[in-house]
Amino acid sequence: MSSNSGNPILVLVDTSPEGQLRAGAGELLGAAASVGSAVALALAPAAQAERLSQELAELGATRVLVADSAAAGNAVIAPLVDALAAAYAQVQPEAVLAPNSIRGRDAAARFAARACLALAVDTVGIDRDAEGIIAHHSVYGGAYLVDSAATTGALVITLRQGSSDARATAQPAQLELLAVQSSGAPDAVITSREEAVIESSRPDLRGADIVVSGGRGLGSGENFSLVESLADALGGAIGASRAAVDAGYVPQTMQVGQTGVTVAPQLYIALGISGAIQHRAGMQTSKTIIAINKDPEAPIFDVADFGVVGDLFTVVPQLVEAIEGKRAN
Amino acid sequence: MRVIVLMKEVPDTYGERAIDLETGLLKRADAEPVLDEITERALEVALRHREAQPGTEVVLLSVGPEGSLPTTLRKGLAMGADRAVHVQDPALLGADLTLTAQVIAAAAKQIGFDLVIAGNVSTDGGGGALPSMLAELLGVAGLAALSSVQIDELTVAGQVNTDVERYEASADLPAVISITEALPDARFPNFKGIMAAKKKPFETLDLQALGLAPGEEEARSIVISAAARPARSAGRRIVDEGDAGQQIAEFLAKNQLIKGH
Ligand SMILES: Cc1cc2nc3c(=O)[nH]c(=O)nc-3n(C[C@H](O)[C@H](O)[C@H](O)COP(=O)(O)OP(=O)(O)OC[C@H]3O[C@@H](n4cnc5c(N)ncnc54)[C@H](O)[C@@H]3O)c2cc1C
Repeated sequence: MSSNSGNPILVLVDTSPEGQLRAGAGELLGAAASVGSAVALALAPAAQAERLSQELAELGATRVLVADSAAAGNAVIAPLVDALAAAYAQVQPEAVLAPNSIRGRDAAARFAARACLALAVDTVGIDRDAEGIIAHHSVYGGAYLVDSAATTGALVITLRQGSSDARATAQPAQLELLAVQSSGAPDAVITSREEAVIESSRPDLRGADIVVSGGRGLGSGENFSLVESLADALGGAIGASRAAVDAGYVPQTMQVGQTGVTVAPQLYIALGISGAIQHRAGMQTSKTIIAINKDPEAPIFDVADFGVVGDLFTVVPQLVEAIEGKRAN
Repeated sequence: MRVIVLMKEVPDTYGERAIDLETGLLKRADAEPVLDEITERALEVALRHREAQPGTEVVLLSVGPEGSLPTTLRKGLAMGADRAVHVQDPALLGADLTLTAQVIAAAAKQIGFDLVIAGNVSTDGGGGALPSMLAELLGVAGLAALSSVQIDELTVAGQVNTDVERYEASADLPAVISITEALPDARFPNFKGIMAAKKKPFETLDLQALGLAPGEEEARSIVISAAARPARSAGRRIVDEGDAGQQIAEFLAKNQLIKGH
């Protein structure tokens, strides 16, 4: 949108310890730019500042503040909160936006508590009305849409990953190195760390257009290859029910539902998932839902646009073949 | 060592949960109130620690209106917690996260603690912010979303798994941690526990008792509108007669859901 320097929105972006941008910066900057001027903040090695400022400007940041992570060492969160506090003092934003990741939420929550500001978490979008910034929330599995706002002061907001399509236009890069005063707040330290292995060929579950999920009906972790084959045939991401996670078929980060990830893709396919209310809470706002389940009474059929009562072990291989057949034509 | 476990009463996720469209607040009458499952798991972590370290005291702390909460909280005592503290005050109706965190911080300070254990996200608010706010307000270290927990006399440690990384972290006590569903399900209260719970200390505090003057601390965020989304209805359902895979593919093609087709 505009590059107006008024109405700054401070955007905390996630980076790896090496200073690589994590996915999601474009979404945050896009949301910020739709209500004001997006000012990005990253905690990263100073040597990466120049490159980061270019990447972030490309994604719509009108200014990029980089706080040097050298002094942060292995500290878990305080350096990020301190950086937010310093950036807030410098930018005087109308709102602060962070990803609703574990780290983004931790930092935003601590900062809001420290600065005594209102906090809106796990929002699905932001807007502006006559009185200022408002945050949209999707409550109780999407059954309700609720808007909130701050009564006084800036609103600190975390944005659910993959919830917003708005993207900003590129801006000229404008880098500022941010001096941060350490608060000396007690903090935890990271004692060991490894990057997760990301299946680069598959889209991220959060924000994917197509999600194929498997449940306890798959029967084993090996059988999850059926879910993978269908996801790959459609170019989709993989999800799971909590029963499948509890049984150890797949990692917890794949769980869709009340206490897992909430998704709202164009297409959601549930394989061997009964459709418990807590699972539906994480997927029932999907545009189109397809379910395959051998139990005709399974509640997943109540929300499915197309339901098949049948054995997934015969239906899915046939479906994959039929999709490839159609694509070949 | 004293461990405070934050317990939250929520509408049962198995029921119909509703919001009052006038106030934007939960309609408490419409769904059965239960302890949020994740807070029961948090209690389980504390109880297992006490089994290993018998000198440990486990205190339940909950903020919420009078009514069902004392009964709900008793379940935690029946599971094995030593005592419970319930903070309730009419001034807290509509309290936002920031205010709730301030109240819990004041109560935790008054109780005294080495470790506070909370669930990572609740099933009604879904925020996952409160434990972090609490750590900040108490001026202690915090660890959010632990998938494993080790507690000793001086430190708490555990693993955090995210989409992009996995790390082990450790903090000196006192500290605030939140745990995920990767930790074990809570035990069921047995008959002996239920009987014993009736005699366990149960303290009720209002804002004044915590040294907070009602009205002085106010909610900084408010709900400005609430709307119900229309419920979804069932579509077409077929029974597989040998060609269901093909039929789904037809449906996908017709709806332009096969990329590159
Ligand atoms: C507080 C709380 C939070 C929760 N959060 C979540 C959450 O985030 N996500 C979640 O998913 N659940 C959640 N749950 C759990 C939820 O209640 C269900 O237990 C869970 O969703 C069940 O998973 P499932 O459908 O895979 O397993 P089941 O309910 O056991 O269903 C398996 C299904 O597979 C079908 N099936 C078996 N074999 C075949 C076959 N060969 N072909 C076709 N179909 C077959 C069966 O008919 C059955 O319907 C939560 C519960 C609570 C209390």
